Amino acid sequence: MNAQNNSSQAHIRPTTSKITFKNRWDHFLARWAFNRMGHRVEPGLYSLGHPAADSHVFVSGNYTLSFDALRANLTRLDCYILVLNTKGINVWCAAGGGHFSTDELVNRIETTHLPEVVKRHVLILPQLSASGVAAHDVKKQTGFRVEYGPVRAKDLPEYLKARKATKEMRTVSFALYDRLILTGVEIAHAVIPLVVLGVIMFFISGLLAAAATVAAIFAGVVLFPLLLPWLPTPNFSTKGFLLGGIVVLPFVLLRCLGAADAEFWWRAGSILAYLLVFPSMTAFIALNFTGSTTFTSRSGVKSEIFTYFPVMAWMFCSGIVITIALALARFFIDS
Amino acid sequence: MMRNVYDFNTLQYDSQLCSGCRMCTIVCPHQVFEQNGKIAELIHPKDCMECGACQLNCPTDAITVDSGVGCAKAMMIAAVKGKKEPTCGCARP
Ligand code: SF4
Ligand code: SF4
Repeated sequence: MNAQNNSSQAHIRPTTSKITFKNRWDHFLARWAFNRMGHRVEPGLYSLGHPAADSHVFVSGNYTLSFDALRANLTRLDCYILVLNTKGINVWCAAGGGHFSTDELVNRIETTHLPEVVKRHVLILPQLSASGVAAHDVKKQTGFRVEYGPVRAKDLPEYLKARKATKEMRTVSFALYDRLILTGVEIAHAVIPLVVLGVIMFFISGLLAAAATVAAIFAGVVLFPLLLPWLPTPNFSTKGFLLGGIVVLPFVLLRCLGAADAEFWWRAGSILAYLLVFPSMTAFIALNFTGSTTFTSRSGVKSEIFTYFPVMAWMFCSGIVITIALALARFFIDS
Repeated sequence: MMRNVYDFNTLQYDSQLCSGCRMCTIVCPHQVFEQNGKIAELIHPKDCMECGACQLNCPTDAITVDSGVGCAKAMMIAAVKGKKEPTCGCARP
């Protein structure tokens, strides 16, 4: 019964498929980017239930969200879980970043004495780890056969029935819920820039501009991810310009109405400044969202940065210069 | 289902080298390859997001792709810090 007896050297930690309140609290904090690198599990070999020498071995990263998603979906199963040291990073990003790798897997198989613990040398890996692991190299170096399971851990029970994944199980989706979940991290990252920019805009232009700053950043951080599929232009930057432009319109109107007796040049200048500054803020955040999606290619993002980042920078800076010029002109005319 | 929005990428496939092991059809998260008889066929090249999984898991080196993270933030941070390869640490489950 006891897994520890299988090998004198193997150190196996017990775990369960139960997600406790403490786990949920940890997931909540992770999603809001609190203590970003602190959501870790100790790497090594774990036993779930009462596994035997012919039980399945699943492989995961040591990010709590990854590990917990796996074990929560392995209810009523006796198996082993091999946790790699992925530096507390999720499976996909760790695979892309070289932490969930062939070397780490080979090394972890050795240090946990896995060959002495299990008889069937087969490992089930999450499909998204494939960009870091070369299955044939693992086979060559350790004799273990790597089998790529479904993308999502929730499909594991279905997958295990036939040991085959459907097309849906093999495809990453980026549904509304997936995008919604990500906004937590995006909001957390936006807080400091939001306060800094808001204060600056307040001092050079006033309360309305500060409010427009909040709106433009909110549009980029929350509305953009949610509306992504419905924004009609082909890339992230132009989608961001479009969204930012729409969101800033009410502020442009308020600006004009609030200064109905101002000179024409001042009103025209204000409109121009608003249309330059705020859409570029939203577009910049939109461009940054490329890293959170599941379908942007590196060469594509690179070309987008080269094409649109200079546009954003020019728009933003010239808009700020106009705003300051208007404020100074107002100051000298009034005094 | 959302797809890659860019209309070019660096994915290249040489069907002459393919041994038909099906690995690429298994690992690709965007169904870019499909098994056609004895070899793999490139069916949706534009959906490729350059994750590199197929290249890494192809035992005969029939596939090449300039893989890396498609993340503007990581690339800009890398550019500012003067590093060559961007790394990422987003909080995805
Ligand atoms: S690089 Fe990734 S997305 Fe592109 S074809 Fe290969 S596995 Fe599919
Ligand atoms: S992984 Fe390589 S050898 Fe195997 S089917 Fe795909 S292209 Fe052919």
